[in-house]
Amino acid sequence: NAAYGMFDIIADLSNLKISVATEVSIEAGSREELLVRWLDELLYNFYVKGIIYSRFEISRMDDNSLKGAAHGRHVGDNRSRLKREIKAATFHGLEIKEENGGYVTEIVFDV
Amino acid sequence: MQITLQKIDDYRWRIPKNYKQGMHVPGVVFADAELLKDIVRDKALEQVANVAFLPGIVKYSLAMPDIHWGYGFCIGGVAATDVEGGGVISPGGVGFDINCGVRLMRSDIEAKDVKPRIKELVTALYNTVPAGVGSEGKIRVTEPEERKILVNGAKWAVDNGMGTNDDLEHTEEKGRMEGADPEMVSDRAYQRGKRQSGTLGSGNHFLEIQEVDEVYDEKSANILGIWKGQITVMIHSGSRGFGYQICDDYSRGMVKTVVKYNIQVPDRQLSCAPVKSPEGQAYIGAMKCAANYAWNNRQCLMHLTREVFEKFFKKSFKELGMFLVYDVAHNIAKFERYNIDGCDKLLCVHRKGATRAYPPGHPDLPAAYKEIGQPVIIPGDMGRNSYLLLGAAKAEETFYSTCHGAGRRLSRKAAVDACAGRSISRELSEKGIFVMAAERGTLAEEAPEAYKNVTQVVAVVHNAGISKRVCRMRPIGVIKG
Repeated sequence: NAAYGMFDIIADLSNLKISVATEVSIEAGSREELLVRWLDELLYNFYVKGIIYSRFEISRMDDNSLKGAAHGRHVGDNRSRLKREIKAATFHGLEIKEENGGYVTEIVFDV
Repeated sequence: MQITLQKIDDYRWRIPKNYKQGMHVPGVVFADAELLKDIVRDKALEQVANVAFLPGIVKYSLAMPDIHWGYGFCIGGVAATDVEGGGVISPGGVGFDINCGVRLMRSDIEAKDVKPRIKELVTALYNTVPAGVGSEGKIRVTEPEERKILVNGAKWAVDNGMGTNDDLEHTEEKGRMEGADPEMVSDRAYQRGKRQSGTLGSGNHFLEIQEVDEVYDEKSANILGIWKGQITVMIHSGSRGFGYQICDDYSRGMVKTVVKYNIQVPDRQLSCAPVKSPEGQAYIGAMKCAANYAWNNRQCLMHLTREVFEKFFKKSFKELGMFLVYDVAHNIAKFERYNIDGCDKLLCVHRKGATRAYPPGHPDLPAAYKEIGQPVIIPGDMGRNSYLLLGAAKAEETFYSTCHGAGRRLSRKAAVDACAGRSISRELSEKGIFVMAAERGTLAEEAPEAYKNVTQVVAVVHNAGISKRVCRMRPIGVIKG
Protein backbone atom coordinates (compact mmCIF):
# COMPACT_ATOMS: atom_id res chain seq x y z
CA ASN A 1 0.00 0.00 0.00
CA ALA A 2 2.84 2.37 0.82
CA ALA A 3 4.45 1.60 -2.54
CA TYR A 4 1.16 2.17 -4.37
CA GLY A 5 0.69 5.44 -2.49
CA MET A 6 4.17 6.57 -3.45
CA PHE A 7 3.77 5.78 -7.14
CA ASP A 8 0.33 7.38 -7.10
CA ILE A 9 2.11 10.61 -6.20
CA ILE A 10 4.69 10.11 -8.94
CA ALA A 11 2.33 9.21 -11.79
CA ASP A 12 -1.23 8.68 -12.93
CA LEU A 13 -1.62 4.93 -12.45
CA SER A 14 -5.16 4.57 -13.78
CA ASN A 15 -5.46 1.87 -16.46
CA LEU A 16 -1.70 1.39 -16.61
CA LYS A 17 -1.08 -1.77 -18.66
CA ILE A 18 1.48 -3.88 -16.86
CA SER A 19 4.30 -5.33 -18.95
CA VAL A 20 7.36 -5.76 -16.71
CA ALA A 21 8.18 -7.08 -13.26
CA THR A 22 11.06 -6.37 -10.92
CA GLU A 23 12.07 -8.77 -8.15
CA VAL A 24 13.07 -7.14 -4.86
CA SER A 25 14.90 -8.81 -2.01
CA ILE A 26 16.13 -6.71 0.92
CA GLU A 27 17.22 -6.93 4.55
CA ALA A 28 17.14 -4.30 7.28
CA GLY A 29 17.61 -3.77 10.99
CA SER A 30 13.99 -2.89 11.78
CA ARG A 31 10.48 -2.82 10.28
CA GLU A 32 10.75 0.92 9.67
CA GLU A 33 14.08 0.54 7.90
CA LEU A 34 12.65 -2.34 5.86
CA LEU A 35 9.79 -0.11 4.70
CA VAL A 36 12.10 2.75 3.71
CA ARG A 37 14.49 0.45 1.88
CA TRP A 38 11.60 -1.24 0.01
CA LEU A 39 10.36 2.16 -1.16
CA ASP A 40 13.85 3.41 -2.01
CA GLU A 41 14.55 0.25 -4.01
CA LEU A 42 11.42 0.89 -6.06
CA LEU A 43 12.41 4.54 -6.54
CA TYR A 44 15.86 3.48 -7.68
CA ASN A 45 14.32 1.20 -10.31
CA PHE A 46 11.99 3.99 -11.42
CA TYR A 47 14.90 6.35 -12.00
CA VAL A 48 17.38 3.90 -13.47
CA LYS A 49 15.13 1.57 -15.47
CA GLY A 50 12.37 4.10 -16.11
CA ILE A 51 9.55 1.88 -14.85
CA ILE A 52 6.31 3.15 -13.29
CA TYR A 53 5.03 0.49 -10.87
CA SER A 54 1.36 -0.01 -10.00
CA ARG A 55 1.03 -3.51 -8.53
CA PHE A 56 3.02 -4.95 -5.67
CA GLU A 57 3.23 -8.34 -4.01
CA ILE A 58 5.17 -9.54 -1.00
CA SER A 59 5.96 -13.28 -1.09
CA ARG A 60 7.88 -13.44 2.17
CA MET A 61 8.42 -10.97 4.98
CA ASP A 62 9.50 -10.74 8.59
CA ASP A 63 10.69 -7.79 10.67
CA ASN A 64 14.12 -7.80 9.04
CA SER A 65 13.74 -9.06 5.50
CA LEU A 66 11.41 -8.93 2.57
CA LYS A 67 11.10 -10.66 -0.78
CA GLY A 68 8.61 -9.46 -3.31
CA ALA A 69 7.94 -8.10 -6.74
CA ALA A 70 6.72 -4.90 -8.32
CA HIS A 71 4.84 -4.84 -11.61
CA GLY A 72 4.56 -1.92 -13.98
CA ARG A 73 5.39 -0.44 -17.34
CA HIS A 74 8.31 1.49 -18.81
CA VAL A 75 7.75 5.25 -18.90
CA GLY A 76 8.36 5.36 -22.67
CA ASP A 77 5.20 6.77 -24.24
CA ASN A 78 3.64 7.20 -20.82
CA ARG A 79 5.64 10.34 -20.03
CA SER A 80 2.41 12.35 -19.83
CA ARG A 81 1.38 10.24 -16.83
CA LEU A 82 4.26 11.61 -14.74
CA LYS A 83 3.12 14.06 -12.06
CA ARG A 84 5.94 14.80 -9.69
CA GLU A 85 9.37 13.75 -8.56
CA ILE A 86 9.93 11.93 -5.28
CA LYS A 87 13.62 11.95 -4.43
CA ALA A 88 13.60 9.67 -1.40
CA ALA A 89 11.53 8.11 1.35
CA THR A 90 12.80 9.40 4.70
CA PHE A 91 12.88 8.24 8.30
CA HIS A 92 11.50 11.53 9.55
CA GLY A 93 8.99 10.73 12.31
CA LEU A 94 8.56 7.23 10.89
CA GLU A 95 6.77 4.73 13.08
CA ILE A 96 4.74 1.67 12.10
CA LYS A 97 1.77 1.13 14.42
CA GLU A 98 -0.67 -1.72 14.72
CA GLU A 99 -4.27 -0.61 14.41
CA ASN A 100 -7.56 -2.49 13.97
CA GLY A 101 -5.83 -5.72 12.99
CA GLY A 102 -3.60 -4.00 10.46
CA TYR A 103 -0.72 -1.55 10.30
CA VAL A 104 -0.66 2.18 9.75
CA THR A 105 2.18 4.59 9.20
CA GLU A 106 2.95 8.08 7.96
CA ILE A 107 5.93 8.58 5.67
CA VAL A 108 7.60 11.86 4.73
CA PHE A 109 8.83 11.86 1.14
CA ASP A 110 11.50 14.27 0.04
CA VAL A 111 10.22 16.03 -3.06
CA MET B 1 9.66 20.31 25.61
CA GLN B 2 9.40 24.09 25.15
CA ILE B 3 12.67 25.87 24.35
CA THR B 4 13.13 29.19 26.17
CA LEU B 5 15.25 31.36 23.94
CA GLN B 6 17.57 33.91 25.55
CA LYS B 7 17.78 37.17 23.64
CA ILE B 8 21.38 38.23 22.87
CA ASP B 9 20.34 41.17 20.74
CA ASP B 10 17.59 42.03 18.23
CA TYR B 11 18.95 39.48 15.73
CA ARG B 12 20.59 36.78 17.86
CA TRP B 13 18.91 34.33 20.23
CA ARG B 14 20.53 31.65 22.34
CA ILE B 15 19.36 28.11 23.12
CA PRO B 16 21.16 27.48 26.41
CA LYS B 17 23.52 24.54 26.62
CA ASN B 18 21.62 23.14 29.59
CA TYR B 19 18.37 22.94 27.57
CA LYS B 20 19.09 19.28 26.86
CA GLN B 21 21.60 16.98 28.52
CA GLY B 22 24.18 15.97 25.95
CA MET B 23 24.55 19.35 24.25
CA HIS B 24 28.24 20.23 24.04
CA VAL B 25 27.61 23.86 23.05
CA PRO B 26 24.66 26.29 23.06
CA GLY B 27 22.59 27.05 19.97
CA VAL B 28 22.47 30.50 18.38
CA VAL B 29 19.60 31.45 16.07
CA PHE B 30 19.76 34.48 13.80
CA ALA B 31 16.25 35.92 13.47
CA ASP B 32 14.10 38.86 14.45
CA ALA B 33 11.07 38.65 16.75
CA GLU B 34 8.69 38.54 13.79
CA LEU B 35 10.42 35.63 12.03
CA LEU B 36 10.65 33.75 15.31
CA LYS B 37 6.86 33.46 15.41
CA ASP B 38 7.04 31.17 12.36
CA ILE B 39 10.29 29.47 13.40
CA VAL B 40 8.88 28.16 16.68
CA ARG B 41 5.96 26.48 14.90
CA ASP B 42 7.96 23.47 13.71
CA LYS B 43 10.72 21.31 15.17
CA ALA B 44 13.60 23.36 13.77
CA LEU B 45 14.84 24.72 17.11
CA GLU B 46 14.82 21.23 18.59
CA GLN B 47 17.02 20.18 15.69
CA VAL B 48 19.42 23.06 16.40
CA ALA B 49 19.71 21.70 19.94
CA ASN B 50 20.23 18.14 18.67
CA VAL B 51 23.10 19.21 16.40
CA ALA B 52 24.90 20.47 19.52
CA PHE B 53 25.39 16.79 20.47
CA LEU B 54 27.84 16.23 17.63
CA PRO B 55 31.30 15.25 18.90
CA GLY B 56 33.90 17.96 18.37
CA ILE B 57 31.37 20.72 17.68
CA VAL B 58 32.91 24.14 18.24
CA LYS B 59 31.39 27.28 19.79
CA TYR B 60 27.70 26.80 18.90
CA SER B 61 25.11 25.10 16.75
CA LEU B 62 23.96 27.89 14.43
CA ALA B 63 20.75 28.63 12.60
CA MET B 64 20.12 31.26 9.97
CA PRO B 65 16.87 33.28 9.73
CA ASP B 66 15.47 31.10 6.93
CA ILE B 67 15.56 28.09 9.23
CA HIS B 68 12.91 25.33 8.96
CA TRP B 69 12.89 21.67 9.90
CA GLY B 70 14.81 19.12 7.85
CA TYR B 71 16.27 15.63 8.20
CA GLY B 72 18.50 15.60 11.25
CA PHE B 73 19.93 19.07 10.76
CA CYS B 74 17.42 21.82 10.16
CA ILE B 75 17.57 23.64 6.84
CA GLY B 76 19.51 26.82 7.55
CA GLY B 77 21.84 25.07 9.98
CA VAL B 78 25.59 25.59 10.38
CA ALA B 79 27.89 23.52 12.58
CA ALA B 80 31.68 23.31 12.68
CA THR B 81 33.60 20.42 14.21
CA ASP B 82 37.27 20.28 15.21
CA VAL B 83 38.93 17.85 12.81
CA GLU B 84 42.00 17.17 14.97
CA GLY B 85 39.90 16.99 18.11
CA GLY B 86 37.80 13.99 17.05
CA GLY B 87 35.24 16.15 15.29
CA VAL B 88 32.72 14.39 13.08
CA ILE B 89 31.18 14.81 9.66
CA SER B 90 27.48 14.06 9.25
CA PRO B 91 25.78 13.49 5.87
CA GLY B 92 22.63 14.95 7.44
CA GLY B 93 24.57 18.18 7.94
CA VAL B 94 25.17 18.42 4.21
CA GLY B 95 21.78 17.26 3.02
CA PHE B 96 20.43 14.89 0.41
CA ASP B 97 20.95 17.36 -2.41
CA ILE B 98 24.71 17.73 -2.04
CA ASN B 99 25.85 21.09 -3.40
CA CYS B 100 22.39 22.31 -4.09
CA GLY B 101 23.34 25.85 -4.96
CA VAL B 102 22.64 28.88 -7.05
CA ARG B 103 24.41 31.01 -9.61
CA LEU B 104 23.74 34.50 -10.91
CA MET B 105 24.57 35.75 -14.39
CA ARG B 106 24.56 39.47 -15.20
CA SER B 107 23.97 40.91 -18.68
CA ASP B 108 24.00 44.12 -20.70
CA ILE B 109 20.34 43.56 -21.61
CA GLU B 110 17.75 46.04 -20.41
CA ALA B 111 14.60 44.61 -18.83
CA LYS B 112 12.42 46.91 -20.93
CA ASP B 113 13.70 45.15 -24.07
CA VAL B 114 12.79 41.71 -22.73
CA LYS B 115 9.43 42.25 -21.04
CA PRO B 116 7.34 42.54 -24.25
CA ARG B 117 8.73 39.14 -25.38
CA ILE B 118 9.09 37.40 -22.04
CA LYS B 119 6.66 34.59 -22.88
CA GLU B 120 8.61 33.76 -26.01
CA LEU B 121 11.94 33.74 -24.15
CA VAL B 122 10.65 31.65 -21.24
CA THR B 123 9.05 29.20 -23.64
CA ALA B 124 12.34 28.83 -25.51
CA LEU B 125 14.13 28.14 -22.23
CA TYR B 126 11.41 25.71 -21.12
CA ASN B 127 11.79 23.78 -24.38
CA THR B 128 15.58 23.62 -24.04
CA VAL B 129 16.36 23.12 -20.36
CA PRO B 130 15.26 19.67 -19.09
CA ALA B 131 13.16 20.01 -15.92
CA GLY B 132 10.79 17.99 -13.78
CA VAL B 133 10.28 14.31 -12.99
CA GLY B 134 11.77 11.88 -15.48
CA SER B 135 13.64 14.59 -17.36
CA GLU B 136 16.94 13.58 -18.86
CA GLY B 137 19.88 15.65 -19.93
CA LYS B 138 21.29 15.77 -23.45
CA ILE B 139 24.77 15.05 -22.12
CA ARG B 140 25.63 11.39 -22.59
CA VAL B 141 29.05 10.23 -21.45
CA THR B 142 30.93 6.98 -21.04
CA GLU B 143 31.76 5.83 -17.53
CA PRO B 144 35.40 6.98 -17.74
CA GLU B 145 34.13 10.40 -18.83
CA GLU B 146 31.57 10.44 -16.01
CA ARG B 147 34.43 9.89 -13.58
CA LYS B 148 36.17 12.93 -15.06
CA ILE B 149 33.05 14.99 -14.27
CA LEU B 150 33.20 13.80 -10.66
CA VAL B 151 36.86 14.78 -10.33
CA ASN B 152 36.91 17.95 -12.43
CA GLY B 153 33.48 19.43 -11.74
CA ALA B 154 32.61 22.51 -13.78
CA LYS B 155 36.01 22.36 -15.46
CA TRP B 156 34.75 19.32 -17.39
CA ALA B 157 32.00 21.42 -18.95
CA VAL B 158 34.45 24.21 -19.81
CA ASP B 159 36.94 21.72 -21.32
CA ASN B 160 34.07 20.44 -23.47
CA GLY B 161 33.11 23.82 -24.85
CA MET B 162 30.36 24.71 -22.35
CA GLY B 163 31.83 27.81 -20.72
CA THR B 164 34.98 29.78 -20.04
CA ASN B 165 37.79 29.85 -17.51
CA ASP B 166 36.30 33.13 -16.31
CA ASP B 167 33.19 31.14 -15.27
CA LEU B 168 35.38 28.89 -13.13
CA GLU B 169 37.10 31.89 -11.51
CA HIS B 170 33.67 33.12 -10.41
CA THR B 171 32.50 29.83 -8.92
CA GLU B 172 32.96 28.75 -5.31
CA GLU B 173 35.97 26.39 -5.20
CA LYS B 174 36.40 27.28 -8.88
CA GLY B 175 33.71 24.70 -9.51
CA ARG B 176 35.81 21.80 -8.31
CA MET B 177 36.65 20.42 -4.89
CA GLU B 178 40.04 18.72 -4.71
CA GLY B 179 40.08 15.22 -3.28
CA ALA B 180 36.95 13.82 -4.93
CA ASP B 181 37.25 10.02 -4.99
CA PRO B 182 35.09 8.22 -7.56
CA GLU B 183 36.02 4.88 -5.94
CA MET B 184 33.91 5.91 -2.96
CA VAL B 185 30.79 6.27 -5.11
CA SER B 186 28.45 3.28 -5.37
CA ASP B 187 27.36 1.83 -8.66
CA ARG B 188 23.79 2.78 -7.73
CA ALA B 189 24.80 6.44 -7.51
CA TYR B 190 26.47 6.24 -10.93
CA GLN B 191 23.33 4.70 -12.38
CA ARG B 192 21.10 7.38 -10.87
CA GLY B 193 23.29 10.22 -12.05
CA LYS B 194 23.92 8.91 -15.55
CA ARG B 195 21.20 10.73 -17.44
CA GLN B 196 20.72 13.74 -15.24
CA SER B 197 23.68 15.96 -16.09
CA GLY B 198 22.38 19.26 -17.39
CA THR B 199 18.92 18.93 -15.84
CA LEU B 200 17.22 21.43 -13.59
CA GLY B 201 15.40 19.06 -11.27
CA SER B 202 12.12 19.81 -9.54
CA GLY B 203 10.63 21.06 -6.27
CA ASN B 204 12.19 24.41 -5.44
CA HIS B 205 14.73 24.28 -8.27
CA PHE B 206 14.27 26.93 -10.93
CA LEU B 207 15.71 29.07 -13.69
CA GLU B 208 14.64 32.68 -13.39
CA ILE B 209 14.95 35.76 -15.60
CA GLN B 210 15.08 38.79 -13.32
CA GLU B 211 15.18 42.56 -13.39
CA VAL B 212 17.43 44.45 -10.97
CA ASP B 213 14.92 46.80 -9.39
CA GLU B 214 16.90 48.32 -6.53
CA VAL B 215 20.61 48.98 -5.91
CA TYR B 216 21.75 49.63 -2.34
CA ASP B 217 25.52 49.69 -2.75
CA GLU B 218 26.47 51.47 -5.97
CA LYS B 219 30.22 51.08 -5.58
CA SER B 220 30.06 47.29 -5.13
CA ALA B 221 27.39 46.99 -7.82
CA ASN B 222 29.73 48.69 -10.30
CA ILE B 223 32.51 46.23 -9.53
CA LEU B 224 30.03 43.35 -9.95
CA GLY B 225 28.69 44.73 -13.24
CA ILE B 226 25.20 45.29 -11.80
CA TRP B 227 22.87 48.23 -12.54
CA LYS B 228 19.21 49.08 -12.04
CA GLY B 229 16.91 47.94 -14.85
CA GLN B 230 19.30 45.21 -15.96
CA ILE B 231 18.39 41.62 -16.81
CA THR B 232 20.00 38.94 -14.66
CA VAL B 233 19.52 35.17 -14.76
CA MET B 234 19.50 32.98 -11.67
CA ILE B 235 19.82 29.18 -11.75
CA HIS B 236 19.08 27.01 -8.71
CA SER B 237 19.91 23.31 -8.95
CA GLY B 238 22.06 20.61 -7.38
CA SER B 239 23.45 17.10 -7.71
CA ARG B 240 20.13 15.46 -8.60
CA GLY B 241 19.72 11.73 -8.04
CA PHE B 242 23.47 11.24 -7.89
CA GLY B 243 23.89 13.28 -4.73
CA TYR B 244 20.74 11.76 -3.25
CA GLN B 245 22.05 8.24 -3.65
CA ILE B 246 25.40 9.15 -2.08
CA CYS B 247 23.68 10.70 0.94
CA ASP B 248 21.42 7.66 1.24
CA ASP B 249 24.31 5.18 0.93
CA TYR B 250 26.43 6.90 3.57
CA SER B 251 23.62 7.85 5.97
CA ARG B 252 22.68 4.22 6.12
CA GLY B 253 26.27 3.14 6.77
CA MET B 254 26.81 5.71 9.48
CA VAL B 255 23.94 4.34 11.56
CA LYS B 256 26.39 1.51 12.29
CA THR B 257 29.39 3.86 12.51
CA VAL B 258 27.98 5.75 15.52
CA VAL B 259 27.84 2.43 17.37
CA LYS B 260 31.41 1.58 16.37
CA TYR B 261 32.75 4.91 17.66
CA ASN B 262 30.39 5.08 20.63
CA ILE B 263 28.77 8.34 19.47
CA GLN B 264 25.48 9.35 21.09
CA VAL B 265 23.14 11.38 18.93
CA PRO B 266 19.43 11.96 19.66
CA ASP B 267 18.30 11.47 16.03
CA ARG B 268 19.44 8.69 13.65
CA GLN B 269 19.48 11.28 10.89
CA LEU B 270 22.44 12.90 12.68
CA SER B 271 24.50 9.75 12.19
CA CYS B 272 28.12 10.67 11.66
CA ALA B 273 31.72 9.51 11.70
CA PRO B 274 34.95 11.13 12.87
CA VAL B 275 36.37 13.14 9.97
CA LYS B 276 39.69 11.30 10.22
CA SER B 277 38.13 7.82 10.32
CA PRO B 278 38.02 5.61 7.19
CA GLU B 279 34.24 5.99 7.14
CA GLY B 280 34.47 9.78 7.40
CA GLN B 281 37.10 9.96 4.68
CA ALA B 282 35.06 7.70 2.40
CA TYR B 283 32.01 9.95 2.73
CA ILE B 284 34.09 13.07 2.13
CA GLY B 285 35.54 11.56 -1.06
CA ALA B 286 32.04 10.76 -2.30
CA MET B 287 30.55 14.07 -1.16
CA LYS B 288 33.17 15.93 -3.17
CA CYS B 289 32.22 13.87 -6.24
CA ALA B 290 28.59 14.94 -5.79
CA ALA B 291 29.65 18.56 -5.24
CA ASN B 292 31.63 18.49 -8.48
CA TYR B 293 28.72 16.83 -10.30
CA ALA B 294 26.47 19.70 -9.18
CA TRP B 295 28.89 22.43 -10.26
CA ASN B 296 29.21 20.76 -13.62
CA ASN B 297 25.40 20.58 -13.76
CA ARG B 298 24.95 24.30 -13.11
CA GLN B 299 27.68 25.13 -15.63
CA CYS B 300 25.86 23.04 -18.27
CA LEU B 301 22.53 24.67 -17.40
CA MET B 302 24.12 28.10 -17.77
CA HIS B 303 25.56 27.07 -21.13
CA LEU B 304 22.11 25.96 -22.34
CA THR B 305 20.66 29.26 -21.11
CA ARG B 306 23.30 31.28 -22.95
CA GLU B 307 22.58 29.34 -26.14
CA VAL B 308 18.88 30.21 -25.90
CA PHE B 309 19.66 33.89 -25.35
CA GLU B 310 22.10 33.85 -28.28
CA LYS B 311 19.41 32.51 -30.63
CA PHE B 312 16.81 34.89 -29.21
CA PHE B 313 18.88 38.06 -29.48
CA LYS B 314 21.05 36.91 -32.42
CA LYS B 315 24.22 37.90 -30.57
CA SER B 316 26.90 35.91 -28.78
CA PHE B 317 26.62 35.64 -25.00
CA LYS B 318 29.79 37.72 -24.72
CA GLU B 319 28.24 40.48 -26.82
CA LEU B 320 25.22 40.26 -24.50
CA GLY B 321 27.51 40.59 -21.49
CA MET B 322 26.18 37.38 -19.98
CA PHE B 323 28.94 36.77 -17.49
CA LEU B 324 28.80 34.82 -14.27
CA VAL B 325 28.71 37.02 -11.17
CA TYR B 326 29.18 34.05 -8.83
CA ASP B 327 28.04 30.53 -7.98
CA VAL B 328 27.52 29.44 -4.37
CA ALA B 329 26.84 26.09 -2.73
CA HIS B 330 24.36 25.93 0.10
CA ASN B 331 24.42 22.21 1.03
CA ILE B 332 28.01 21.23 1.65
CA ALA B 333 30.79 20.56 4.16
CA LYS B 334 34.04 22.48 3.83
CA PHE B 335 37.39 22.31 5.56
CA GLU B 336 38.38 25.79 6.71
CA ARG B 337 40.81 27.21 9.26
CA TYR B 338 39.64 29.45 12.11
CA ASN B 339 41.15 30.91 15.23
CA ILE B 340 39.29 29.33 18.13
CA ASP B 341 40.24 30.64 21.57
CA GLY B 342 43.70 31.64 20.35
CA CYS B 343 44.42 28.37 18.51
CA ASP B 344 44.48 27.92 14.74
CA LYS B 345 42.18 24.99 14.02
CA LEU B 346 41.03 23.09 10.97
CA LEU B 347 37.25 22.83 11.15
CA CYS B 348 34.75 20.79 9.19
CA VAL B 349 32.06 23.41 8.51
CA HIS B 350 28.65 21.93 7.67
CA ARG B 351 26.39 24.36 5.81
CA LYS B 352 22.97 22.89 5.19
CA GLY B 353 20.73 25.45 3.58
CA ALA B 354 23.35 28.08 4.37
CA THR B 355 25.80 30.01 2.19
CA ARG B 356 29.46 30.74 2.63
CA ALA B 357 30.10 34.49 2.99
CA TYR B 358 33.81 35.30 2.86
CA PRO B 359 34.76 38.87 3.78
CA PRO B 360 36.79 41.43 1.81
CA GLY B 361 40.45 40.46 1.58
CA HIS B 362 39.93 36.72 1.85
CA PRO B 363 42.62 34.90 -0.17
CA ASP B 364 40.12 32.50 -1.80
CA LEU B 365 38.22 35.28 -3.55
CA PRO B 366 38.64 36.14 -7.26
CA ALA B 367 40.97 39.13 -7.67
CA ALA B 368 38.10 41.36 -8.83
CA TYR B 369 36.19 40.76 -5.56
CA LYS B 370 38.99 40.98 -3.01
CA GLU B 371 38.07 44.57 -2.23
CA ILE B 372 34.35 43.96 -1.73
CA GLY B 373 33.96 40.41 -0.43
CA GLN B 374 32.30 37.27 -1.71
CA PRO B 375 28.96 37.60 -3.55
CA VAL B 376 26.14 35.83 -1.75
CA ILE B 377 23.12 35.00 -3.89
CA ILE B 378 19.81 34.74 -2.03
CA PRO B 379 16.85 33.51 -4.09
CA GLY B 380 13.40 34.43 -2.81
CA ASP B 381 10.12 32.87 -3.92
CA MET B 382 8.85 33.17 -7.48
CA GLY B 383 6.45 35.98 -6.66
CA ARG B 384 8.71 38.28 -4.72
CA ASN B 385 12.34 39.31 -4.72
CA SER B 386 15.81 37.80 -4.71
CA TYR B 387 18.90 39.53 -3.39
CA LEU B 388 22.61 39.83 -3.99
CA LEU B 389 24.69 40.36 -0.88
CA LEU B 390 28.39 40.40 0.00
CA GLY B 391 30.21 38.57 2.79
CA ALA B 392 31.39 40.71 5.70
CA ALA B 393 34.12 40.54 8.34
CA LYS B 394 31.59 40.15 11.15
CA ALA B 395 30.55 36.80 9.65
CA GLU B 396 33.57 35.23 11.32
CA GLU B 397 31.17 34.54 14.22
CA THR B 398 29.14 32.26 11.95
CA PHE B 399 32.19 30.61 10.36
CA TYR B 400 31.58 32.99 7.46
CA SER B 401 28.09 31.68 6.85
CA THR B 402 24.80 33.37 6.09
CA CYS B 403 21.27 32.52 4.95
CA HIS B 404 20.49 30.79 1.64
CA GLY B 405 16.95 31.78 0.69
CA ALA B 406 13.50 32.50 1.98
CA GLY B 407 12.91 29.24 3.85
CA ARG B 408 9.56 27.46 3.81
CA ARG B 409 6.87 28.47 6.25
CA LEU B 410 4.05 26.24 4.95
CA SER B 411 4.28 22.54 4.24
CA ARG B 412 3.55 21.55 0.65
CA LYS B 413 0.13 20.24 1.69
CA ALA B 414 -0.70 23.43 3.55
CA ALA B 415 0.41 25.48 0.55
CA VAL B 416 -1.83 23.45 -1.79
CA ASP B 417 -4.74 23.89 0.63
CA ALA B 418 -4.12 27.63 0.82
CA CYS B 419 -4.09 27.87 -2.98
CA ALA B 420 -7.25 25.83 -3.55
CA GLY B 421 -9.45 27.41 -6.18
CA ARG B 422 -6.77 29.89 -7.24
CA SER B 423 -4.71 30.14 -10.38
CA ILE B 424 -1.20 30.88 -9.20
CA SER B 425 0.04 31.35 -12.75
CA ARG B 426 -2.65 33.99 -13.34
CA GLU B 427 -1.87 35.75 -10.05
CA LEU B 428 1.81 35.87 -11.01
CA SER B 429 0.97 37.01 -14.54
CA GLU B 430 -0.96 39.95 -13.06
CA LYS B 431 2.27 40.92 -11.34
CA GLY B 432 4.14 40.72 -14.63
CA ILE B 433 5.73 37.31 -13.96
CA PHE B 434 5.40 34.56 -16.56
CA VAL B 435 5.89 31.03 -15.15
CA MET B 436 6.15 27.62 -16.77
CA ALA B 437 6.33 24.51 -14.58
CA ALA B 438 7.04 20.96 -15.70
CA GLU B 439 5.20 19.19 -12.87
CA ARG B 440 1.53 19.44 -11.96
CA GLY B 441 1.02 20.91 -8.55
CA THR B 442 4.40 22.65 -8.42
CA LEU B 443 2.99 26.15 -8.65
CA ALA B 444 0.67 25.75 -5.66
CA GLU B 445 3.36 24.08 -3.57
CA GLU B 446 5.85 26.80 -4.51
CA ALA B 447 3.38 29.69 -4.16
CA PRO B 448 4.93 32.83 -2.64
CA GLU B 449 3.00 32.48 0.63
CA ALA B 450 4.60 29.05 1.20
CA TYR B 451 7.83 30.88 1.96
CA LYS B 452 9.03 33.35 4.53
CA ASN B 453 9.43 36.89 3.27
CA VAL B 454 12.99 36.91 1.93
CA THR B 455 13.23 40.67 2.47
CA GLN B 456 12.83 40.05 6.21
CA VAL B 457 15.36 37.21 6.13
CA VAL B 458 17.91 39.38 4.31
CA ALA B 459 17.26 42.29 6.67
CA VAL B 460 18.27 40.10 9.61
CA VAL B 461 21.62 39.06 8.13
CA HIS B 462 22.27 42.61 6.91
CA ASN B 463 21.46 44.18 10.28
CA ALA B 464 23.35 41.46 12.15
CA GLY B 465 26.34 42.43 10.01
CA ILE B 466 27.13 38.99 8.61
CA SER B 467 26.43 39.95 5.02
CA LYS B 468 25.54 43.20 3.31
CA ARG B 469 22.89 44.00 0.66
CA VAL B 470 24.08 45.06 -2.78
CA CYS B 471 20.92 44.91 -4.87
CA ARG B 472 17.46 43.43 -5.20
CA MET B 473 16.01 41.58 -8.18
CA ARG B 474 12.45 40.74 -9.11
CA PRO B 475 11.38 37.81 -11.29
CA ILE B 476 9.84 38.41 -14.70
CA GLY B 477 10.12 34.89 -16.16
CA VAL B 478 10.46 31.56 -14.33
CA ILE B 479 10.90 27.91 -15.23
CA LYS B 480 10.24 25.37 -12.50
CA GLY B 481 10.56 21.60 -12.48
